[in-house]
Amino acid sequence: MVATQPRTAKTSKSSTGNVVLLVGTKKGGFILRGNSSRRAWTLSDPILLGSTVHHFVLDPRDGRTMLMAAVTGHLGPTVFRSTDAGKTWKEASRPPAFKKASEGEAGLSVKHVFWLTPGHASEPNVWYAGSSPQGLFRSDDGGVTWEGVAGFNENPMRETWTGGAQDGTPDGPKMHSILIDPRDKRHLYIGMSSGGIFESTDEGTSWAPLNKGCDFPYPIPGPLPEFGHDPHRAMLHPLMPDLLYQQNHAGIYRMERKDAQWTRIGKNMPPEVGDIGFPIVLRPRDPKTVWVFHMDGTDVWPRTSPGGKPAVYVTNDGGETWRRQANGLPKANAWWTVLRQAMTCDSRDPLGLYLGTTTGQLWGSTDEGGSWRLIAEHLPHIYAIEAVEPR
Amino acid sequence: MNVHSPSQLRSYIGASLVEADGATLDEVLRGLDRRYPGVRFRIIDEQDRVREQIRIFVNGEQEFDITSPVGARDEIVIVGALSGG
Repeated sequence: MVATQPRTAKTSKSSTGNVVLLVGTKKGGFILRGNSSRRAWTLSDPILLGSTVHHFVLDPRDGRTMLMAAVTGHLGPTVFRSTDAGKTWKEASRPPAFKKASEGEAGLSVKHVFWLTPGHASEPNVWYAGSSPQGLFRSDDGGVTWEGVAGFNENPMRETWTGGAQDGTPDGPKMHSILIDPRDKRHLYIGMSSGGIFESTDEGTSWAPLNKGCDFPYPIPGPLPEFGHDPHRAMLHPLMPDLLYQQNHAGIYRMERKDAQWTRIGKNMPPEVGDIGFPIVLRPRDPKTVWVFHMDGTDVWPRTSPGGKPAVYVTNDGGETWRRQANGLPKANAWWTVLRQAMTCDSRDPLGLYLGTTTGQLWGSTDEGGSWRLIAEHLPHIYAIEAVEPR
Repeated sequence: MNVHSPSQLRSYIGASLVEADGATLDEVLRGLDRRYPGVRFRIIDEQDRVREQIRIFVNGEQEFDITSPVGARDEIVIVGALSGG
């Protein structure tokens, strides 16, 4: 199988294989297999039933290895690995863990592994993982053993950058959106809620904030700080790796890396809708087409579909204009939302889009968002979806 | 000594009651980890703290410090704390 989310330029070609969705939920992982038309879907039995699966990812370099970031109920965080495309699973022998603190110091403990990113195409066994609280981990053996990336985890600025334990999302501060420049394995980006977007050009040895132009999640006096922001999901475009997009707690943004300045393209969304949400999806063959899923970020931040009317918004001009896409989605009384890893696309032409809801429904579109169909329901709370295809 | 383990650890240990030895709680857990790889990290985190949703009782008394001494005739009970949803 090949991963279809844009990670390298190679994935930008359209394909004709059947689409398979890897689904991470509050109660386990699931595999949803589509037929050639993407109209009929077959759901697997649950994998690791009872474990919370925050991310479920296929290795695009071999098309068979899969990793799942799991919290095994009472037993804490770990990573499970399959080398037979999800048929059998084995726990990492050394899961991601922070360094043991010196005597008298409190030390950090991984609460959950939140994010998984396969490494650069030139490094077949390298993976990165992001955790809650914010930590960066690397595996050089395909996910069997993990080591902390000292340049971040032990950086004397780490606590200042992240704001500490109280400055995070309701279920814990987290690292996500670990992005690798397809042209340079040493060039990495990370996103942190909170903390902001950071960049490394030396494979994680040193880091610098990259948040200029991005609004702060709440009003503060004086000039905006360099870090402490709350990106929800960031992506780089596979055809133009210096073009970055992010859905932030404080809007939707685009950056040309040479400018080192985020532009709030969400200001062009309809004012009654706003530009708050969790996920963002890029069209692999077109750097100017982007989808977001909006949510209610008013008053106490219900984080539900505004007015109970879920909708996707798309731009085809890099954020200059946005269009609502809700045909087939519930017209009213649907109080769910879509979390940051729970919206994705395949690489077929026309592109398929998929979103998973906090109420356990999976919706799919085979016409680039023009119309939506319910393709699975009655699943647990969905955290993540990845679309992959048989090679 | 006897070590009772909860259902949550069954996939590691395979039984609810096993015999173990060690002069401290940590030695007992390390011994179990040699026999059942990975099980210690499911009970104790990387800072050697008992995980938030795990409880350990030695002869009926809750124990938080894994450096505490234990004896050959002690009864150790590992419990999955009430939690969930």
